[in-house]
Amino acid sequence: MNRARKDWSHPLDFRDGRVDMTHGSGGRAMAQLIDELFLEAFDNRWLRALNDQACLDVPAGRLAMATDAHVVSPLFFPGGDIGSLSVHGTINDVAMAGARPLYLAAAFVLEEGFALADLRRIVQSMARAAREARVPVVTGDTKVVQAGKGDGVFITTTGIGVIPDGVEIAGARARPGDRILVSGTLGEHGVAVMACREGLEFASSVRSDTAALHELVAAMVDTAPGIHVLRDPTRGGLATTLNEIARASDVGMMIDEARVPVSEGVAAACEFLGLDPLYVANEGKLVCICAAEDAGRVLGAMRAHSLGADAALIGEVVADPNCFVQMQTALGGRRIVDWLSGEQLPRIC
Amino acid sequence: MKYIDEFRDAGSARGLAAAIARETDASREYRIMEFCGGHTHAISRYGIADLLPANIRLIHGPGCPVCVLPMGRIDSAIELALEHKVMLLVYGDCLRLPASAGMSLMQARARGADVRMVYSTQDALRFARDNPRREVVFFAIGFETTTPATAVAVLQAERDGLANFSVFCNHVLTPPAIEHILGSPSQAGDVALDGFIGPAHVSTVIGSRPYERFATDYGKPLVIAGFEPLDVMQAIRMLVAQLNEGRAEVENEFTRAVTRDGNLKAQRLCAQVFELREAFEWRGLGVLASSALRLNERYRGFDAEARFRLAARSAPDHKACECGAILRGSKRPSECRLFGTACTPERPMGSCMVSSEGACAAHYSYGRFRDAA
Repeated sequence: MNRARKDWSHPLDFRDGRVDMTHGSGGRAMAQLIDELFLEAFDNRWLRALNDQACLDVPAGRLAMATDAHVVSPLFFPGGDIGSLSVHGTINDVAMAGARPLYLAAAFVLEEGFALADLRRIVQSMARAAREARVPVVTGDTKVVQAGKGDGVFITTTGIGVIPDGVEIAGARARPGDRILVSGTLGEHGVAVMACREGLEFASSVRSDTAALHELVAAMVDTAPGIHVLRDPTRGGLATTLNEIARASDVGMMIDEARVPVSEGVAAACEFLGLDPLYVANEGKLVCICAAEDAGRVLGAMRAHSLGADAALIGEVVADPNCFVQMQTALGGRRIVDWLSGEQLPRIC
Repeated sequence: MKYIDEFRDAGSARGLAAAIARETDASREYRIMEFCGGHTHAISRYGIADLLPANIRLIHGPGCPVCVLPMGRIDSAIELALEHKVMLLVYGDCLRLPASAGMSLMQARARGADVRMVYSTQDALRFARDNPRREVVFFAIGFETTTPATAVAVLQAERDGLANFSVFCNHVLTPPAIEHILGSPSQAGDVALDGFIGPAHVSTVIGSRPYERFATDYGKPLVIAGFEPLDVMQAIRMLVAQLNEGRAEVENEFTRAVTRDGNLKAQRLCAQVFELREAFEWRGLGVLASSALRLNERYRGFDAEARFRLAARSAPDHKACECGAILRGSKRPSECRLFGTACTPERPMGSCMVSSEGACAAHYSYGRFRDAA
């Protein structure tokens, strides 16, 4: 496309302008939004070709593909925003197969009336996250819905990646005797978002842990290609993730509460909200299950990476026909760590 | 965390567990009811039962406000939201409470009701201020712990002229429920309770004095305890000592927050705004006299039941639901045939399965591995 010849006389007003229905109509206004916002921010040869699709060279081997719809509220929170989150979330889903993420696609659903300044902030944050992760956003789509029919902006991202030969990571591969590791302190994303929700503002220094984990995964897989399971404990937290794996693998688990890393800020926030950090969402943490003989090396590789500095071995996989995830409490008792039921709701007193 | 870690220390727990084991009389059983859902939750979450000798049996009491709320009251709340189209403000636990015909406030929300979760009565007042054209109703629920906050909200609403604000009052009282349990026929037989772990937060408001007649009139010891695991264990040790010595007294383990007279200012505020209902239905326990509060004549204008002319509703629980027997302490959750099959935290049929403080939900979520063993 010849960028020297513009079809519009005035640049988009990123100070006071708002999204209107024409930005999703397929006409000139949409072309201008793509040109001045998305191309500017994401800036790569696939997008610049302005085709309906991106044509990609992919290496031989198995591909991993994942998609994730992001509807977070509020859109901006300490430590990130919906833009960075939408990049990290999908990269992480691809990476949890042990894959090296290659490309992302992004679809935006914008609400009429949404401030262009906020949209630009989000798109720039997204572009920064993609650049830092070295995973380009190569194709996309934009739609606009009438005011009141959206929540500002929803972003769906899809990613593909290639799985190294010999890596076979899946939720059904946990075996009795395997060790359970987590890459760091739990619950930061959920607490950071909750702390700035309308009606619930409380002073907290907790920041979202949102981060792309594929390089941490690459280091782990390099060290131990035989890792059995990787999963990022997002919604529902560690508890729900462990239950998913236990069911998929038809095993039980026994974790040790004293070894589960939780920061003081998260523990304090959960304490007064009546929440359990095991059920609070993470966006930059992973759970790894590997053979006992690999656990030491994997833990070493995790701790050597900045995103795994607080990694810990928290328990082991056991044989259990009921597939219970159980926990040795710090006090010395035992209890089930169940699935999250419904939304996590605070208790009354 | 300061002031919290001290009360969850594993070393102290081992020490207390050893002392309790040493001091219990192996020839007898100790049947102790923890009245409060907060204690039930702590016992389950920290696995306290594992640290106690087998002859100490902890029985979960009815002190969980959402558990004892009868379905008719939730039906009325749904009526407020769906038919009177009010903005209904609730504490989180209430959203999933089962109402009649498979409904709940969460289901009502999916059908267009404006139901919002709040953390405090101050949030509720803010919604009323921010939405002057809407009728805003606060779903007030809880034992004596949450009642003073509702009283303050009503006084503030009057002072600020918030005519669009009202309260759907479901505040209930602890002593009448304990009295009911002690007077029930099962207490005459072998399954009689030996003593109580008394409420923590409720007692910060009402003090320890209201429990004294349970010791004198019924001969049952009661130890008020905080909600931390070491508080609970210490209270158990104190109860064991009383029972071994044949004493029946009200003792206070939670001295860092509870006095004999309680919070007099809070009591005055409640007396200013509320009056006793002649009777109130409790889920599982039936209709108990003088066991709940409503806004008094002076503040009737803020009473949603009066403002929207709500008719009293009553809805029977499922026939097989054992919530009543469980709330009275005469059955365990696993003795209900709905437990874990038809009734789960995802689809609760009985109220004990709703709140994490409910006996069934606590056992399902934390302790059901014991049934499998």
